[in-house]
Amino acid sequence: MPRKKKEQTVNPVVQKVKIFLNDEEIMVDPNNYLIDIADEHGIKIPHFCMHERLERTAACRLCVVEVEMRGNRIITTSCSTKPAEGMKVYTHTPRLLEARRINLELLLANHDLNCPTCPSNLNCKLQRYASELMIEQSRFTGVKRDVPVDDSSVSIVRNDNRCILCGRCVRMCNDVQTVHAIGFQKRGFDTIITPALDYPMDKSACVNCGQCVIVCPTGALSEKPGVQHVIDALNSGKMLIAQTAPSIRATLGECFGMEPGTNVTGKMVSALRKIGFEKVFDTDLGADITIIEEATEFIKRFKENRDLPLITTCCPAWIKFGEQFFFEELNHMSTCRSPQAILASLIKTYYAENIGKKPEDIILVDIMPCTAKKYEIQRPEFVKEADYVLTTVELGKLIKQMNIDFEKLPDSEFDNPLGESTGAGVIFGRSGGVMEAALRTAADWLEGKSLEKIEYKGIRGMETMKEATLTLAGKEVRICVVHTLGEARKLLEQIKQGKSPYHFIEIMACYGGCIGGGGQPRPTNKEILLKRMDAINKEDKRKKFRKSHENPSALKIYAEYLGEFGGERAHKLLHTSYSKKPYK
Amino acid sequence: MKQISEILDVEKGKKELEQDRITVGVATCGISAGADKTLEKLKTAGLSLLVEGVGCAGSCYAEPIVTVKQNGLLSIYGYVTEDKADKLIESIRNSQVCEEMLLGHKLEDIEFYKKQLRIVMKNCGFINGLSLEQYAANGGFTGLANALKLQPSQLIEEVKRSKLRGRGGAGFLTGMKWGFLAAKQGRKFIVCNGDEGDPGAFMNRTVMESDPFSIIEGMIIASYATGAKEGIIYTRTEYPLAIKTIEKALVMLKDKGLLGKSILGVEGFDFDIILKKGAGAFVCGEETALIASVMGKRGHPRFRPPYPADKGVYDCPTNINNVGTLANISKILAMGVDEYIKIGTEKTKGTKDICLTGKVKRTGIVEVPMGTKLREIIFDAGGGPVEGTNFKAVQIGGPSGGCLTEADLDLPLDYEPLQNAGAIMGSGGMVVINDESCMVNVAKYFTAFTRSESCGKCTPCREGNTRMNEILDRITKGLGTEQDIKKLKLLAEYIRDNSLCNLGKTAPNPVLSTIAKFPEEYDAHIKEKRCPSKVCIELLKYIINEKCTGCGACARVCPTNAITGRIKERHVIEQAKCIKCGNCYDICAFNAIDRK
Repeated sequence: MPRKKKEQTVNPVVQKVKIFLNDEEIMVDPNNYLIDIADEHGIKIPHFCMHERLERTAACRLCVVEVEMRGNRIITTSCSTKPAEGMKVYTHTPRLLEARRINLELLLANHDLNCPTCPSNLNCKLQRYASELMIEQSRFTGVKRDVPVDDSSVSIVRNDNRCILCGRCVRMCNDVQTVHAIGFQKRGFDTIITPALDYPMDKSACVNCGQCVIVCPTGALSEKPGVQHVIDALNSGKMLIAQTAPSIRATLGECFGMEPGTNVTGKMVSALRKIGFEKVFDTDLGADITIIEEATEFIKRFKENRDLPLITTCCPAWIKFGEQFFFEELNHMSTCRSPQAILASLIKTYYAENIGKKPEDIILVDIMPCTAKKYEIQRPEFVKEADYVLTTVELGKLIKQMNIDFEKLPDSEFDNPLGESTGAGVIFGRSGGVMEAALRTAADWLEGKSLEKIEYKGIRGMETMKEATLTLAGKEVRICVVHTLGEARKLLEQIKQGKSPYHFIEIMACYGGCIGGGGQPRPTNKEILLKRMDAINKEDKRKKFRKSHENPSALKIYAEYLGEFGGERAHKLLHTSYSKKPYK
Repeated sequence: MKQISEILDVEKGKKELEQDRITVGVATCGISAGADKTLEKLKTAGLSLLVEGVGCAGSCYAEPIVTVKQNGLLSIYGYVTEDKADKLIESIRNSQVCEEMLLGHKLEDIEFYKKQLRIVMKNCGFINGLSLEQYAANGGFTGLANALKLQPSQLIEEVKRSKLRGRGGAGFLTGMKWGFLAAKQGRKFIVCNGDEGDPGAFMNRTVMESDPFSIIEGMIIASYATGAKEGIIYTRTEYPLAIKTIEKALVMLKDKGLLGKSILGVEGFDFDIILKKGAGAFVCGEETALIASVMGKRGHPRFRPPYPADKGVYDCPTNINNVGTLANISKILAMGVDEYIKIGTEKTKGTKDICLTGKVKRTGIVEVPMGTKLREIIFDAGGGPVEGTNFKAVQIGGPSGGCLTEADLDLPLDYEPLQNAGAIMGSGGMVVINDESCMVNVAKYFTAFTRSESCGKCTPCREGNTRMNEILDRITKGLGTEQDIKKLKLLAEYIRDNSLCNLGKTAPNPVLSTIAKFPEEYDAHIKEKRCPSKVCIELLKYIINEKCTGCGACARVCPTNAITGRIKERHVIEQAKCIKCGNCYDICAFNAIDRK
């Protein structure tokens, strides 16, 4: 046996096979699937259920191709078929086009066809393919799924009448996030995707991460709309303030057809002012303050060797995940609030006092990449701080609703005193950013000097688990960065068993971090995420200050209002607590 | 290596089988006909003979079945319900044969059994299924003993030589399948597929209830051949008696060292079996869905490759055989491959146990050699269609199969000929349809089944079967249009070609085969708005003819007061009010009501 294994590793060269793709002779890797081979050769075969990060199920049957082998010609799905020597593959014969048409017509016959009122209108795969295949009307009619819309969750709306049962959301929730909030229920035509026992979403284990929304090809899953609340607030006579999360500037442009990775910070601020926000503050400042507190906390725990590893808590989906599934390990979670919650707290206290307004006369709207932030602001610890959360997608819609020509907007700056930030705050928007920002500060403080090396490239990139070992002040510090909750679960299991080798862990629920959040523009894929990540890193490089503890505004707030880093007042306003929320 | 006779008291079993005794078939079919009560009555009657419950011999039409061996003479009785048991007890007391209920003195005397060759069903109904001694005495474990004389690789060659094909329906060579698994290293599984879900199929249930050891012996032999140390029997919760029986059988075998570590004292020959109960989804008979279900997941089929032999239960190499296949194995090795391959056709050896149901005189399980003509099964064993009706079609292979007509009845029972004729062997269900059945309605029935039993994973099967069912429903209600046949064919072919698993790929068979073989029935429904078999209620019309004497009986039973007329004058049915319940038709003593 061992010998066999060795042979396999010694000989990694793949013997290519010859196939005919629409009669064109090509040499291909026999380990790739036909759909990917076709894609490389300029043919994009339509599909619903396949997704780059999910296990293939070949359920939607839209990606069918005709395959001829030894005189046998059959229809098969290209997502699940590998090539073989001499195989003839046809991707768009009349028989296939008709098969795809029937497929779509069957889906349309059981679909809520109120497209104009669907949140995914013009961004829906079913709509797009139906239009490409010029389907005018479904030949099939009969009963239609007609179930109530589940809007019980504060973050996610489920409309099963728009569900095509591709199962992407189920695989995302179960296989990638390991939350198991939703699954297939019932059988045959009655099949439906829902939480167990037909519970509403708010009674399910859902952590509000919105990764299901990101992968939904239709409008069956969408963020809970908040735009109307904001429009109402604009006419309430109260002072409107917006804060924008670090990642929004790298993604908002996509809502307006701009290339992914286009940095639109200045236009975003201008747009918010045009909408009617009196002040536009930067959540990045909150991020800098988070780092000051968290680095203080880490150094303290590290020195005392207590409650390690310390886990970052900027991600509200991860917090709920931890509270539900790992409530014995909550002592490992940093007590620092998320940047959103820190800035919200400061706006309603420090800033309100500064301008002589009562907190209730200020309406704070958070522009977030995240459906879980809608949940976070409703946590009892944070009530009366932020008032509404809009996702990136929703802000895009609000800007359009206000008839603002986004691309023509001039750039403008955030307002002060809560608008100044460092590069460390910016990189919060991507996986590895919180850790990197914390290390920039913790390393300086532990070494007692300002270090030149501030980029921690080992923990950057799209790998879902990245680890590194550093030496700070002569001591070894082992760190780990994960994104997606499935990876988080592995680390938490380690901690539970007392086997975690790490001192400091960053957890983000979404793939890629906040740039891949549940409220970000769709589609999101690895290629797009890398561009967004690049935009964030470029912004970091451009910044005058790149370490949180060097942020002049932050230091001023500490001096004027908060007192010591990690001090009593800081604790009251900038920290929080967690509680056991066993899923029942 | 230990001999079976060292472990089990085979002599005791022999004595039990040879002595005078009374048996009552108390498998599920018997019990539903009241056999448990008959058994109770016989047991408490104070007879000098031993009274024992046994499994089912297959003659469902005559349940409850009682056999009496008295003074060395065997008598097989049928229809022995509780109320008739007294008469039988009386005869036994007088050492007489009760002619009234007698089916025959041996199986060969009975029409139902004349054409049968019982290999899988050999023990069923004649031994106590949970008596290891009786099982061994009737030839049980001979196959295992013979298998252990061979090297595993030789054993696989023998199974290949027997040309045994999977009895679950696909007909893949069992020996080949075993060979794939034997070539794999590490943890691996032998799974017995007992998730029989076709409407009208119950042969697996019968064997599980009547002869569980033969299935398990087959699994033990498979374990020896392939090196798999773990076995799983998968069946459905709807089979409570089968579950109870298998559970008991497993405990008994473990007790005797025929399961567990070092079976029969052979060092390293370890094999253990667990029973898994499915929730009763038709699709879980599909092997990849079965694997998911075994692991506690939703029973969704997945695409292949990877095949179960590479990635099955818990991602380990897995071999899945049908109950019938495994029950065959023990018998084949007991009788010897040379004997076995004399039975059957060139390509397919052995026998097949067929579940004969529907509008046929004698229903039950008929085990015949492969190659037997369908006509012999339906007309000789089954006695043809029920009294006063004519044969119209036979649906073979359940909801995945197709309809065959009079013209196909001389086809031999075998995988390929049936497939070429538009049906499939499937698990071996045969539903006989007579001229009182409407073929459009039959197709509607099967699409309703697949509509609700589709797992819901892939679009063609989930959505398509529903639409076919709806179209057929419209046709049976007189709302069909000429476009509908085209649409049905379009959908059926689409579902067949595009579905993920074999449930979907074969689900349109009943629709396609009825359209092909009974176009005139579809035409009558669509064009003439008429159901020739007078089954589709909405298409029926009740009219009072000139024979009416005006007695008024019909008007009195009409629930909607649709019938009016003066006494002693011809009555009339107001069609708009008529709900076609048929009450008037049934009550009229003068044949004065026409049903059209």
